[in-house]
Amino acid sequence: MIDTSQNIPVLNIRDLNISYGSNTILRDVTLNVRPNEIFGIIGPANSGKTSFLKAINRMDEFTDGMRTEGLIEFYGYDTSKWRNLYSLRKQMGVVFPLPVGLPLSVYENVAFAPRISGVRNKSELDDIVENCLTRAALWDEVKDRLNSLGSLLSGGQQQRLTIARALSQKPKLLMLDEFSIAVDPVTTMRIEDVLRDLKKELSIILVTNLVQQAERLADRTALFLNGELVEIGQTNELFDGRTKDQRTTDYLEGRFG
Amino acid sequence: MFLATELNLQNYKVQGRWRLLFLVMTVLLILPVLVILTLLVVRGGGAISWEFLSEFPRNGMTEGGIFPAFLGTIFLVSLALVFSVPLGIAAAIYLSEYAADNWLTRAINLAIINLAGVPSIVHALFGVGAFVLFFKFGTSILAASLTLAIMALPVVIVATRESLQSVPQAFREACWSLGATRWQTIRRIVLPNAISGILTGIILEVSRTAGETAPIMFTGAAFFLPFLPESVYDQTMALSLHLFVVSTQVPNVPENLPYGVALLLIGIVLTMNALSIGFRVYLRNKKKW
Repeated sequence: MIDTSQNIPVLNIRDLNISYGSNTILRDVTLNVRPNEIFGIIGPANSGKTSFLKAINRMDEFTDGMRTEGLIEFYGYDTSKWRNLYSLRKQMGVVFPLPVGLPLSVYENVAFAPRISGVRNKSELDDIVENCLTRAALWDEVKDRLNSLGSLLSGGQQQRLTIARALSQKPKLLMLDEFSIAVDPVTTMRIEDVLRDLKKELSIILVTNLVQQAERLADRTALFLNGELVEIGQTNELFDGRTKDQRTTDYLEGRFG
Repeated sequence: MFLATELNLQNYKVQGRWRLLFLVMTVLLILPVLVILTLLVVRGGGAISWEFLSEFPRNGMTEGGIFPAFLGTIFLVSLALVFSVPLGIAAAIYLSEYAADNWLTRAINLAIINLAGVPSIVHALFGVGAFVLFFKFGTSILAASLTLAIMALPVVIVATRESLQSVPQAFREACWSLGATRWQTIRRIVLPNAISGILTGIILEVSRTAGETAPIMFTGAAFFLPFLPESVYDQTMALSLHLFVVSTQVPNVPENLPYGVALLLIGIVLTMNALSIGFRVYLRNKKKW
């Protein structure tokens, strides 16, 4: 259904507003995400980053009181007119701040999305599980314990498990929300390597609290501040001090508040 | 430097007094239970025999067994379960997983909690009006079970809703973000992890309905029947009503007979509770987060 051959933006977002009741979380965001790039979003807590991700995969359906206005196009299709939201979400993997291992085995965690899409064939499922765990750099550590519970893995392993699970639905866009909050530095580096590899096959939105993580990984970076998109720029230019807004420089240099 | 100050000592003393108070309260709470159980076993234990369990009452209910009442209680409770469990679980799933958090949902939740507080005699009168008279079931097992089911519904709904809500919201969000529908999420993740709480609620409901007297005495339970019911449109005897009858309505009953009936009734309730605890422990060991 989606044509990825043409060079159209993965996401084209125009004048996006997100509000809960009378409380506006995000105002007038206009940006696009290009194929095969890592798009970094930085900013302090409560600046609307997580709500932004929720708006993209239409989780407003499950969030009481959340309202979005404006245009979000995914490969040129207006997501507000998308009738089958489940198929929309299957094309967008999400990784949450704290690893959410579903109360299932390692194998079933990764096989969950294929199963609910109707894959029954055991060998096909085996292939998907091995493939996704390998791409998430977890296969070697868990291949002998695929049937033990996902929640028994260490925090860093669980977070890679959720990445493998997000990949299992063959997404075209991977959204990571502060994935390294509960992960040790060494595992964080491994996951960052994984993301650099994944960039070759899909686009990534990386929401992060760590300015340096955005500097290491993101091709372009956006700063969200108090519900406002302050600036988008090439990451290396922003970190070289070539910013258009003084607030960006202050934030990147840790001179805030 | 690390010596206790005057204030520390004072705090220890106060904390010791509170601890004693709570301990005394706990003992006071356990005492009546122990006394009741001991009394029942001592006075009624002698009445329990195979004959007592398997025979009809004889001689104006002063001799013989309680078989039809025992069987009747099982009929009433099982049929009440058949009505209340599917309905209650379905309603709880809707309230917990589908309904938006608005004033209507909150009003319904409030109504359910209030329904649980309605005195059982009021349920009984409702049962007479609705099932016996309006639906023309007559005084029958069907009418009595439906009355019990209505009375037990709030218990099932509240227990189910609470165990559903004890499943972390993060699991649901993770499922939804994988493209699962609400139903797929419920069936594959939420229900399997809530089932122990739901079953506990159901078993508690069983023990509660087994002991109820008021809701059944006007709707389908009989004082005495010399035969067993043949269909759900017949009346039946029941243990709880039988206990009331042999304790207060019939002259010259040997002392150990009502104690025996009470012991049997409590035995059923405690067995169900023990089952529920055992089951919960078993399922908790399989719990996955």
